[in-house]
Amino acid sequence: MNRAVLWAALLLALGVAMSPGPARGASWPGVDEAVVERYATAAGRPPRAPLIAPGEGDMLLFLFLVAGAVGGFVAGYYFRALFPPKGKPGGASR
Amino acid sequence: MKRRLTWPVLVLALCAVPGTAHAMHITEGILPAPWAGLWFLVAIPFVAWGLRDLQVRSRRTPFFKPMVGLVGAAVFVISCMPIPVPVAGTTSHPTGTGLAAILIGPPLTVVVASIALLLQALFLAHGGLTTLGANIVSMGIVGGLTGYGVFHAARRLRLPSWLAAFLAGLVSDWATYAVTAFELASALHGSGSLGAMFAAIAVAFLPTQLPLGILEGVVAAGVYRFIQSRRPGLLECLGVAPGGAA
Repeated sequence: MNRAVLWAALLLALGVAMSPGPARGASWPGVDEAVVERYATAAGRPPRAPLIAPGEGDMLLFLFLVAGAVGGFVAGYYFRALFPPKGKPGGASR
Repeated sequence: MKRRLTWPVLVLALCAVPGTAHAMHITEGILPAPWAGLWFLVAIPFVAWGLRDLQVRSRRTPFFKPMVGLVGAAVFVISCMPIPVPVAGTTSHPTGTGLAAILIGPPLTVVVASIALLLQALFLAHGGLTTLGANIVSMGIVGGLTGYGVFHAARRLRLPSWLAAFLAGLVSDWATYAVTAFELASALHGSGSLGAMFAAIAVAFLPTQLPLGILEGVVAAGVYRFIQSRRPGLLECLGVAPGGAA
């Protein structure tokens, strides 16, 4: 499996390295901004501010980091329950 | 020790990628109220179906609750992770619902996608509360149903299981974005042609989603192969592979 992960990572890195790359000055917009919001604004329905605003500055970055860490911890917790290390018996039953 | 930590560390490292997510979720306020309401009405029966399925299958199937927990956390993380697509110069995210549907079935995929989308709308300004119904339909319902359908159709055609999982991930990703394009076009086309606006939005998604769909297929195939090699009995218990009872 580790070999498969290594091959996948290598292929991904090669793909990124050999791709023509974004236009100069590209700011990496998301497709929500580049597609969804563009068409919505053109149709007279620009996006509204979220009902619960995340705040200014790095607040959203902080929230994404917390969400990622919590999600990663939960995934790891259940992963170990379902796939106990080799040599250890059992795993979650229900 | 090193081996034991490989996967949790990999998951955590992937989760710690900084940056806000920009993706297919339809943003707050874009859909007019009648359309937003309609998509909620479409989504509610599927969510109820999923909750009922959770009750029934967690009583009947061993390992089910931990698997739902793992898949739910993975869908949440994957669907708020912006991945740069160099050929397009944009970012977008996979959905994870094709793989989720293979493992826990389409009804529960709707439930985990709904929870992920709700948390993202509430706390991450990602998607929106008024557009939650539309996002559940595209990512949870259509992504889940197409992923499940494609996987089992491919297995009936006697394709290898890894290829079936790859196709499920690929098609579910593309179907999700196609439905997002339809939801936008149906609400926003005004006096113009619905078909023309749908085609324009779908084509605008293509440069980003073509490669990302392939990536989603590779991830689905890799995860399926991993489970198959590490714990094949789990797939039988879940009713994914022959020999078990779902």
